[in-house]
This record gives sequence, C-alpha cells and structure tokens, in this order.
Amino acid sequence: MTTQAAALPAERAHVQTDEPLLSVRDLRTAILTPASLSLSAGECVAIRGPSGSGKTLLLRAIADLDPGEGLVCLAGRDRTTMSGPEWRRQVGYVPAEPGWWADTVGEHFTDWAAASPTVRDLRILEDARAWPVTRLSTGERLRLALVRALLVGPKVLLLDEPTAALDPASVAAVETLIAARRRAGLGVLWVTHDERQAARVAERCLTVRGGQVREEDGACPAISR
Amino acid sequence: MSSYIALNYWELAGASIFVLIDAGLSIAFGLGMHRSFLFAAVRMVVQLALVGLVLTTLFSTVSPLRTGLAAFGMVVFAGHEAAQRQGRRLAGWWAYGLGTGSMMIASAMVTLFALVTVLRPNPWYDPRYAIPLLGMILGNCMTGVGLGLDTLTTSLVNRRAGVEAQLMLGASRQVAAAPVMREALRSALMPVINSMAATGVVSLPGMMTGQILGGVPPAEAVKYQILVMFLIAGGTGLGAVTAVLGGLYRLTDARHRLRLDRLTAARAG
Repeated sequence: MTTQAAALPAERAHVQTDEPLLSVRDLRTAILTPASLSLSAGECVAIRGPSGSGKTLLLRAIADLDPGEGLVCLAGRDRTTMSGPEWRRQVGYVPAEPGWWADTVGEHFTDWAAASPTVRDLRILEDARAWPVTRLSTGERLRLALVRALLVGPKVLLLDEPTAALDPASVAAVETLIAARRRAGLGVLWVTHDERQAARVAERCLTVRGGQVREEDGACPAISR
Repeated sequence: MSSYIALNYWELAGASIFVLIDAGLSIAFGLGMHRSFLFAAVRMVVQLALVGLVLTTLFSTVSPLRTGLAAFGMVVFAGHEAAQRQGRRLAGWWAYGLGTGSMMIASAMVTLFALVTVLRPNPWYDPRYAIPLLGMILGNCMTGVGLGLDTLTTSLVNRRAGVEAQLMLGASRQVAAAPVMREALRSALMPVINSMAATGVVSLPGMMTGQILGGVPPAEAVKYQILVMFLIAGGTGLGAVTAVLGGLYRLTDARHRLRLDRLTAARAG
C-alpha cells in the first residue's frame, strides 16, 4: 500500500498524455447493457439515474465484483492482466451499505494511526476505534468505509451515494476530502441522487436507465425522477 | 459368537407395543404425529429387514465386487441425504457431487486404513468388517459434511457484505472467506467432539452395547469402540474439510469474486 503511494508521482507524469485513467468499453453483465465511459486522473464523474436502474451494478462490474465482459483498463492496462485483488486495490469501491467483518471498528483498519487524521477530518471521534460496529450510525459507517478504502491507496474510487445519510457538515467534510484527493490525481465515479451535489462535485454526468449508461452533454442538467 | 440370546418374531412384535403407546399419546394430546410414528416404525422395520437380507448374501459370498458395490451404494445414499438437508444447495451437479465426493474420499481412506493396518481381516475386504465399519464412519461423516456445507452456504449469504467488503479492499478470497470457513468447520466438527466427550458417561454407544449383548467381554468391546470413535473423528474431519473447502472454491472464482449466483434459492426447512 505504501509502495503505491510512492509510485504516485510517476503515475501522474503518465497521466499528462491523452490516455484516460480509467477506460471502460462495452462492459456488460447479466443485467447491464454494454456500457462505455472514461475517466481522467483527478476527474470526478457523477452517475445518476432512478433507483434500481443499475448504478450499483455498474460500479460492481467496474470493481470486478460481478462477472462481466468487455474491456476495462486502468492507465491503459487491461484488468485481465492483473489479479482481481490487485485490480480492486487500485480501483476502490465504497458501497452504499458498507460491510463489516469483525466486531470492533479498529479491527477493520490495518493501520489506525494512518487512518486517524482522515477519521478526524470526517468529524468522527478517535475513540471510535474501540467501538463495536453495531454502535455506529449509518452515516458513521459510510464515512469510516470511505477512510478504509482510501487507506489502500486507490487510483480510482467508485462511490455509491457516500453522503446519503449524512448531516450537511459531514457532507461538506466528505466533499472537501474527496476534492483534496482528486488534486493528487484520484479519479472518482460518484453515484448521487442530489442534483446540486452532482453539480458541485462533478465535471461530467452519466445517467443510467434500465441498465443503459448514457453520457450527458455539458454540465449536469436536472433529470426527471 | 458364543453366547447370545436369539430373538423370535413374537417377542419383537411384543416390544412394538411401545411404538403403539407413543402413537396413542399423539392421539390423546392431539399432536397429529401418530401417522408419522407408525409410518416411520414400519419403514424402519422394512429397511432393516432388507439390510439383513443384503448382509446375509454379502457375508456368504466374500466377493470384492459385491462389497465394493454395496459400499458405493451406501456412499451415494449418504450423499443424497446430506444434500436433502441443505437449506441452500449448490447449483447443478455440485449439490450432490461435492457432498458425495467428499464423503467417498474421507470414508474410503479411513475405512481402508482401519482394514489394512488395524483390523487386518482375511481377506482385507471381508464384508463382515468392511461394511459395518464403513456404515458407522459414513453415518457420522454425513452429519459433519451436511452441517459444514449448510453452515458455509448460510453464513456466506448472511455475511456477504462483510466478505465482499474485504474483497473490495483487495483481500484474496482465502482471506475474505476465512471467518466463514472457520465457522463452517467448527459446526461440522462440534458433534464429534461432543460425542467423544460424552461417550461412556452419558451414552453407551450402540456398537459397544451390541457387542456386549452378543457375548463379547466388555473390555474387548470398549477397545473396538475406541477404535471406531477415532475413525469417526478422522472421517468426519477429512470429509468436512474437503466439502467446506470445495464449497468455498465453488462459491468464489479465480478473479476472487463471491459467486452466490452458484447457489439455488433457500428452501423452507
């Protein structure tokens, strides 16, 4: 994980070319129709669409959690040339309902010392390390899962409604954190139902409808629900 | 076999009064179980009578082919029973194949070990030793394999979010599924530990009791029972590990994804 952080400047030099950071061509699963999109380093693309339209399935397919066909590349490298875990360490995914596999919060972090500054930035008490996971609110779970994913050092982050259950101050904290990471080159796909948030955080918008992904022209326009 | 008291059919019929009493209790208290009681009792009598016939012919002709066929049939039946008890089954032939295969490997290895190195009957495949031994090992192995697979699938479904959370962070399938694997193996092996711990104090095992009733000195019967318990522990452990690891292999894939789509839907009971 630290090796990836060290490799970051070299990657950024690479990004100066036209090569997109993440490129998806004709990705299809049992449910998704062929989807294509690309994402540059430091860019954020909002993904919108009615509930059940396939936004989560799109992110899962990109993270290689569901089997899919098509070409998915990171900085020009086909994901089939690396193992699933290797791919997911570079293309991180934070689901709308993050999972927990141990009893206390701290057990989910290999290095709490490294996590604690970000935990504080996201307005969570440092004592949380000793808390049982069951004590966490939905909003705290979302933020801690975000910290957990960032610690791995991904180059692309797939966020599935990361601020859905958060108070306005915490929403702002998450947006600030992601903006800072984008300045360091992180590419972000951000699923959100909030039009104003999409306009705030993203340069471009995609809509997903009935398993079909379409790119919207220009700034993110309002979509009908 | 020197001194045992042979039973005649009238005496057996007399003892069946207790099943009739149970059925009567069911009617008296409105439990609605009297039909199942009588049906199960009749089924047991028929099954055992058939087994008696089969064993009589098997033992009279000490044939490796027939012994092998009988053993194979027992394993297939055990595999079917273990699959029947699964809440969620693996899709396709894996549902039967995995349980049956694990039991076949485990019970064959342990039975052969006992026949070749410990008991050494002549010939080694003498059905009078091979078939009862296999039956006892298989019966326990079936419980272990069934429990292990059932816990594995149920727990993977219930803890899917936690397992996938680790996969999302770049963990391998072995690491992500380790808690579930441990839980499945623990539930498969627990009955063996319990039965070893309780044997002799809480329960007198059927085989030992049977030998004592058949005129074998208790000290000899105890030695046989200890042997059988060791074999059961070995067969159950081996079978459960094979089945659980095989199930885990099937429910994940080479890209380290969780593949619950390879399970059929949950069934009631």
